[in-house]
Amino acid sequence: MIGAGKIKQYANVLDKPLSRGRQEVSLSAFAFLFSELVQYNQTRVDNIAELERRLEDAGYAVGARVLELLCHREKGNRRETRLLGILSFVHSTVWKVLFGKVADSLEKGTEHEDEYMISEKELLVNRFISIPKDMGTFNCGAFVAGIVKVRMGYDLAVFHWLFVTSISSNWPKLNKLLFLEKGVLDGAGFPAVVTAHFVPVEGQHRPRTTILIKFAEEVLQREARLG
Amino acid sequence: MAPLAPKTGDPLFANVERVNAELFTLTYGAIVRQLLADLEEVEEVNKQLDLMGYNIGVRLIDEFLAKSNVSRCVDFKETADIIAKVGFKMFLGVTATVTNWNAEGTTCSLVLEDNPLVDFVELPDTCQGLHYCNILSGVLRGALEMVSMKTEITWVRDMLHGDDAYELQAKLVKQVPEEYPYKDDD
Repeated sequence: MIGAGKIKQYANVLDKPLSRGRQEVSLSAFAFLFSELVQYNQTRVDNIAELERRLEDAGYAVGARVLELLCHREKGNRRETRLLGILSFVHSTVWKVLFGKVADSLEKGTEHEDEYMISEKELLVNRFISIPKDMGTFNCGAFVAGIVKVRMGYDLAVFHWLFVTSISSNWPKLNKLLFLEKGVLDGAGFPAVVTAHFVPVEGQHRPRTTILIKFAEEVLQREARLG
Repeated sequence: MAPLAPKTGDPLFANVERVNAELFTLTYGAIVRQLLADLEEVEEVNKQLDLMGYNIGVRLIDEFLAKSNVSRCVDFKETADIIAKVGFKMFLGVTATVTNWNAEGTTCSLVLEDNPLVDFVELPDTCQGLHYCNILSGVLRGALEMVSMKTEITWVRDMLHGDDAYELQAKLVKQVPEEYPYKDDD
């Protein structure tokens, strides 16, 4: 329809001004979309590990873009170079933008120097998902783990994002969110392995989700050099 | 007395839980990318997106009816209005306009100026036949089928192809009377 209110056409999508990031959609729209993503991937794989890998890849793609977007918008194009800096960036800024709140907790692993954990009582992507028994340790948090991984490091070294739950001694179930986390770490220059696990909590019906980040050796060495 | 059906979706959208649209946009982008990598044929991807949208639509209509309290629509015109003003607003946070009614009132166009699915998106030359937002047509088709309307939804205008807005054409094929799954005299 020609007339008043015609939107300005940009020849190149890169010329379009970046939005402030305040626009929202309903949670159910996202939940429906995410469930379709998982269902589609279930038809393309034969086992759980592959399903997690695919979700991780999807999250990875999201994380790479989120990293660029946030670096430009929130931090004025400055990137973190220190370990604690990138961890708190993920834990606060990234989480706040994606999920509307900072992550519940950020902890350092006690057994190993290179492990850190970000925990969340009820991860957004897991909210409307229940894992059937025959899927064992599968966790949709792998999607988020992929996002974080991109923010942390390059795809070269060992990625050990283990989602370790410090509360329970049971082997935690992997999360879909995990994959989302991986993307952020990779892109930011902190290679790590990111995995997602469920940790049962007393007094809480649903287990909480922990994302375990295990940094590659070179990250720790670099950190030590920087003093 | 039942609460009044909303004429716009704004109060509904304010009441539902919301997430950042960018997460939604990027997740949808990841889905499309995965489909392109797996299926490679643009037509196949279009079909798959429509199918995924259909699956979403058949469940989405339940939530829509439960949350929005709209009364039964008298005709297709009213249906289209409700979808554009209440439905789109409630889920995507944007409203559509309804135009181009044909004489019998069975075909109309839903025009979207703002579409959260396509932020940051540009179609490469190899994918020019892709209907990036095809999931929306599936959602509409699925949702309407669950309320006894068989429709055909096609894309008329697509901003990613250079047009100035997104336009979906909804054609009512037939009204299917509701069938009860059991006999009355059992």
